Amino acid sequence: MTAFLIYKALMCIGVFILCLAAAAYSTLWERKFAAFLQDRKGPSRAGWGGLLQPIADGVKMFMKEEIIPNVSNRSLFILGPCIFMITAVITSSVIPWAKPVMIGSHVYDLQITDINIGVIYLLGVASIGVYGIMIGGWASNNKFALLGAVRASSQMISYEIPMGIALIALIISSGGSLSLKEIVEGQDAGFANFVWQPLGFLIFFICALAETNRAPFDLPECETELVGGYHTEYSSMKLGLYLFAEYINMFISSAVLATLYFGGYNFPFAHELYEKLGLADGSVWISLIGFGVLIAKIFGFVCLFMWIRWTLPRFRYDQLMNLGWKTLLPLSLFNLALTVVVEFFRGNIHF
Amino acid sequence: MQLTNRKVVVSNKEQSFAERLYLPAIIKGMIITASHLFKKSPTIMYPEQKRPIAPVFRGQHVLKLDENGAERCTSCGMCAIACPAEAITMTSGERKKGEEHLYREEKYAATYEIDMLRCIFCGLCEEACPKEAIFLTDRLVDTEFERKDFIYGKDKLVEKIDKRIDVSIRQTPEVLAFKKIPGLKHNELFDKKLNKGNKH
Repeated sequence: MTAFLIYKALMCIGVFILCLAAAAYSTLWERKFAAFLQDRKGPSRAGWGGLLQPIADGVKMFMKEEIIPNVSNRSLFILGPCIFMITAVITSSVIPWAKPVMIGSHVYDLQITDINIGVIYLLGVASIGVYGIMIGGWASNNKFALLGAVRASSQMISYEIPMGIALIALIISSGGSLSLKEIVEGQDAGFANFVWQPLGFLIFFICALAETNRAPFDLPECETELVGGYHTEYSSMKLGLYLFAEYINMFISSAVLATLYFGGYNFPFAHELYEKLGLADGSVWISLIGFGVLIAKIFGFVCLFMWIRWTLPRFRYDQLMNLGWKTLLPLSLFNLALTVVVEFFRGNIHF
Repeated sequence: MQLTNRKVVVSNKEQSFAERLYLPAIIKGMIITASHLFKKSPTIMYPEQKRPIAPVFRGQHVLKLDENGAERCTSCGMCAIACPAEAITMTSGERKKGEEHLYREEKYAATYEIDMLRCIFCGLCEEACPKEAIFLTDRLVDTEFERKDFIYGKDKLVEKIDKRIDVSIRQTPEVLAFKKIPGLKHNELFDKKLNKGNKH
């Protein structure tokens, strides 16, 4: 029992640190990548090639003066960023990071918890994340913050629907399990789900962009129209939490995309490679290689997110709603119907 | 008349299906941004790396000393007259006995000030100078917090005896010959002042 608790605690701490580190270095990589796309060099003064820049940014955030407007609702004002940060971090708990490790006679899953409703858990926690923005924007008692919050919540609610329907199609074609671990294992031998769900992937990817409030869906915080959006009144580390949680969200979304559609820690010809290297099932090395592959996939998606951000202009609000309700929703329903037909002929559905 | 071939006639025709999908256009745009990923950045990392400046760059002035270390300037005021921005002011002093090692001629500039905010770095003072005393160098004028600090006196302008400033690039034989052409305006003025109106 003690061993079990220690192992779970270590997993929690490890994944937490992984999320924070990934988010911190995403901020640096975002600036670097933007610079490369614009023929610049990006931050390069703090540390070798700017590697200490996230630490400098963190120190800057902490040292800034903390201002809580006296017309704001103080407790909600503090609660907003907390909820946003917590929901951002706890989504990472259902992601399987690598193949189970065998130590002694025990098998340790490299996943905090393998709940059998993993996908629904993800959607649910993502929905709670809206509260972080909504409460923060409302408690600020500022019209720009409120507008940003209203935009954020309507956008996230609108895009959750096609996202959910795309996920239903995915679950049908991947064998009917809601557990992320089983979805990943299902992609071990055959093709990645992306092959059977290209349209579903596209819909899910667009919705993931909208859910993380990244460009071209960054209307909640468009500085040209709304000063700063929902975090206009925030300063110091509360602002830091909002900005930081956004990068955690991006990291987790990339992880979810990689897990659901691109096979997670699996890669083509993995078994042949392991056989050649003479690694038995449950070896630490297999887990390490799988973890590296997953991180590489996540990094690819993070780059894609950034690449899109530094290419496309922001949507107008009516265009955003048109895309969500009039394009993505019918398209996802069509995808669902198509999936059912295809899966029926593949023999995976029986009436 | 057509100046360029960039003219585009705006039309309001309906978008085709491919255009309404937007995805081809998005991919096209993303390929354009990605192509910049492999371009060399033109950034110059400033303090370590400096932009090359032209050999005839005109920066902060220097008042030269002669080979014995005496000031060349005789406070004739030609530079102040030539200055289009009226940035130069000076007062004259008379050399006393025992100061021969400090000033080359009997008259010298007791104070000599250039307002670096007025100066337009045109180089006419250098062109006007008959004693080869003032030159513009490749040094940049430092930034200051107050306006008064931009008025440079002799303490900043006169070169130090142990820290000579090389102006050979601006003092070529061609330049020296050019400065002696009698028809030039500064030479006319100079002649009037010294030779009391004698024509050459």
